[in-house]
Amino acid sequence: MISAYQRLQTARAQNRPTARSYIEKLFTERTELHGDRKYADDAAIIGGIGMLGEIPATFIGIERGRNLEERIKCNFGCPMPEGYRKALRLMKQAEKFHRPIICFVDTSGAFCGEEAEERGQGQAIADNLMQMMALETPVITIVIGEGGSGGALGLSVANKLYMLENAVFSVISPEGCASILWEDAKLAPDAAECLHITAEDMVEFGVAEEIIQEDFKHFGTMCEGMKEKLILDLKGYSKKDGKTLSTERYQRFRKLGRWAE
Amino acid sequence: MSNITGYFRKSKNTLEKGGITPKSTFDEKVRCPACKSYETKRAIAKNKAVCPHCGHHFRIGARTRIKALFDKDSFQELFLNIETVDPLEFPGYQDKMDRGSATCGEEEGVICGTATIRRQPCAIFVMEPGFMMGSMGSVVGEKIARLFEYAAEQELPVVGFTASGGARMQEGILSLMQMAKTSGAVDYHSKRGGLYITVLTDPTTGGVTASFAMLGDIILSEPNATIGFAGRRVIEQTTKKKLPDDFQKAEFLLEHGFVDAIVPRTELRGTLEKILRQHNRKGCLE
Repeated sequence: MISAYQRLQTARAQNRPTARSYIEKLFTERTELHGDRKYADDAAIIGGIGMLGEIPATFIGIERGRNLEERIKCNFGCPMPEGYRKALRLMKQAEKFHRPIICFVDTSGAFCGEEAEERGQGQAIADNLMQMMALETPVITIVIGEGGSGGALGLSVANKLYMLENAVFSVISPEGCASILWEDAKLAPDAAECLHITAEDMVEFGVAEEIIQEDFKHFGTMCEGMKEKLILDLKGYSKKDGKTLSTERYQRFRKLGRWAE
Repeated sequence: MSNITGYFRKSKNTLEKGGITPKSTFDEKVRCPACKSYETKRAIAKNKAVCPHCGHHFRIGARTRIKALFDKDSFQELFLNIETVDPLEFPGYQDKMDRGSATCGEEEGVICGTATIRRQPCAIFVMEPGFMMGSMGSVVGEKIARLFEYAAEQELPVVGFTASGGARMQEGILSLMQMAKTSGAVDYHSKRGGLYITVLTDPTTGGVTASFAMLGDIILSEPNATIGFAGRRVIEQTTKKKLPDDFQKAEFLLEHGFVDAIVPRTELRGTLEKILRQHNRKGCLE
């Protein structure tokens, strides 16, 4: 049994496939689209239109970069506010043309810096959460690596959430949690355990519906399996109208959390 | 000078021991951390906990805020029966909650209900910075979501005061999910034509900024409040750069276009009443 912290390290591993690898395997006839039409194009969020089998779909992914040059260009997968605004623009476009949306999440968190605050990082994420909830088209999110806090949630307001076997999802990085609570980032392995961040935890809490087994040695086959699952989901959603999809999405999040009454 | 400060601090102990504030306490003077002037507690309290000399806004608890801003006896609390559990059995969570309740007398980080401002009815939520820094766990998220749904059904506007360090890490991913839940609830209310006014108070950060705090139709802020997503210290550590003094202050957000107006606490009643009245369509055309 591998620990939560080992899972986290696996999820962060540099040789792990990034969003772009999945998108290239899953979608054919792709057109990548750029820019938020307000300020800039954020390389940390990639998106566009492609064919998922026979279905035209919008894909959006947080990209960490596959080599150092790419990683620097996309801020190591930490999106700027304009990244979230670009994602929202593509989602609104998908809704208009009745395309389903497939999101790939892999980030340690939204970009942390002066310029991100100046341009409203909080507002950009908040807007995504609210607007995604209202989308009248199916949204499926797959956490392929690290699901880091609000920055990951900004693309995760979906009808269905998949976790890869070693993917994690957390409210705060275990390092951050350990240094705030115990003033020692080295206690991150303990924090990872306490925070319950694994794929199994997500299914238990109702945050995720399904876990996808990893087989990076046979990446093509693994992606074929993913594609089949996604197509099957979308066929199910095609029987529902937009309003129902939006309401079901809200109900899905509405019941999350634990309290007594 | 240190003797004098020590003298004023004495009252704290009397308060803790006695439980009831002796009348004389109000005549004691406190020092404003901004302009360093001394003023009686009575004068500050009368001025809605704003320094009469320099306008510094003292942090206040949720009940005090409700008392200071809404019509006398108009507040009716809702959702009192929702109680916090420790879903992850997180080390030290229960202790932190106990300490929070002891500090501020509240059981959670938000108070919800209905109230009136100069007879304008509204649904309100007021966050409590004294309880675990107003952090959002399952209960805060659930109460806020229910308030928006209740307000939608009752056709009431929502006035919300935010004060929060963000999502509550002791409830792990469940806290994070409250951001999506509350944002969805704002949309539920908004779609049905409801007005939502947020008043950002010091501090509003993290997951609360990145959800319902920034989703108001009208976003007001108290002067000099710290409002941001990532914490100032975290950014300084990450970027190894000293940030300007006004970074993430309300005035900084106004300049960058993220709040509609900065309203001093002493003028809030008037401003809120005016906006609420202008959105109250009942009766205006009869």
